[in-house]
Amino acid sequence: MNCIIIDDEATARAIVAQLCSSVDDLQVVGEFDSAIEGIKFLNHQDIDLVFLDIHMPGFSGIDFVQTLQNAPKIVLTTSDPNFAIEAYEYESVIDYLVKPITTERFKKAVKKVRNSIRTIHPGNSDQGEQENRKNDLYINIDRRLIKIEMPSIQVIEAKGDYIEIKTDDTVHRVHTTLKKIREKLPEQQFLQIHRSFIINFDRIVDIEDNSVLIEKQVIPISRSNRPELMRRLNLL
Amino acid sequence: MEQPNLNYIVELAGNDKVFKKKFIDILKCEFPNEKKEFLDNLNNNMPRAASLNVHKIKHKISVLGLEHGYERASVFEEELRDGITSMAEEFIAILECMDHFIKNIKV
Repeated sequence: MNCIIIDDEATARAIVAQLCSSVDDLQVVGEFDSAIEGIKFLNHQDIDLVFLDIHMPGFSGIDFVQTLQNAPKIVLTTSDPNFAIEAYEYESVIDYLVKPITTERFKKAVKKVRNSIRTIHPGNSDQGEQENRKNDLYINIDRRLIKIEMPSIQVIEAKGDYIEIKTDDTVHRVHTTLKKIREKLPEQQFLQIHRSFIINFDRIVDIEDNSVLIEKQVIPISRSNRPELMRRLNLL
Repeated sequence: MEQPNLNYIVELAGNDKVFKKKFIDILKCEFPNEKKEFLDNLNNNMPRAASLNVHKIKHKISVLGLEHGYERASVFEEELRDGITSMAEEFIAILECMDHFIKNIKV
């Protein structure tokens, strides 16, 4: 696993780098004194993990988290524990370390990151298990990772800063965007048919001119998304 | 008055003398600049900017084991955000204590 460290304070970067050296298979490939420099690096380099200070002049760690698309895993580091609740609202934020960071607490955070990566990339599992996990989606609600089986999803709707995932049994409300969840869904099974809706293709009951019936819910089709929907249909 | 120590860094370094020296070199280089920036902002009547300096210095306060100093710095940081500078003298005393300690660390 590789990582970068972003902190405007040189002593803080030195401490995190030293903590990284105490963990097997964790390489520091870059240290940056501003979030902007970190973003520039991430634009051309794949990174598993970012240790990110929150309080930095100009462009803060929170700005950094909000800006990144396809963000790597992030462990926040700060002297201010009051930000913990806000920090966990971001999907990519796995843990939160209050300075001065102890070795024990640091290792716990890295373990959480490894577990989180394994959830998404089950590289060490056998083929059958991998196939099963491809059908699962884990969502972070109140610091709990809740498993959703993809086939059970009917519709996903954008609602402001949140999305609502409607399954056969319930509705989950998650702080993320449609774009982010779309990247986690199998393309052949799910389709965005409106700027606020992604549907499970397998759950279509019927289609009218400007709407799709999913189970008992009528979902609008936007003009721009209609051609892709029609292309995918097995029309007689 | 509470005195600074290197317990945290000694524990973190273990037998790694290279890290310990590197860290102390960074500390000796970085702290005087942060202290100066804080004093400049305070003297130029820029309490919000000074509160950011205090926030940054807080990490070094905790790294040097000044638990009471850290608590006082946290209160001062909050007050500075509201434009209140009444704890300045107390905080400067903490900085002077750290400064003296850092200057006299021998690796």
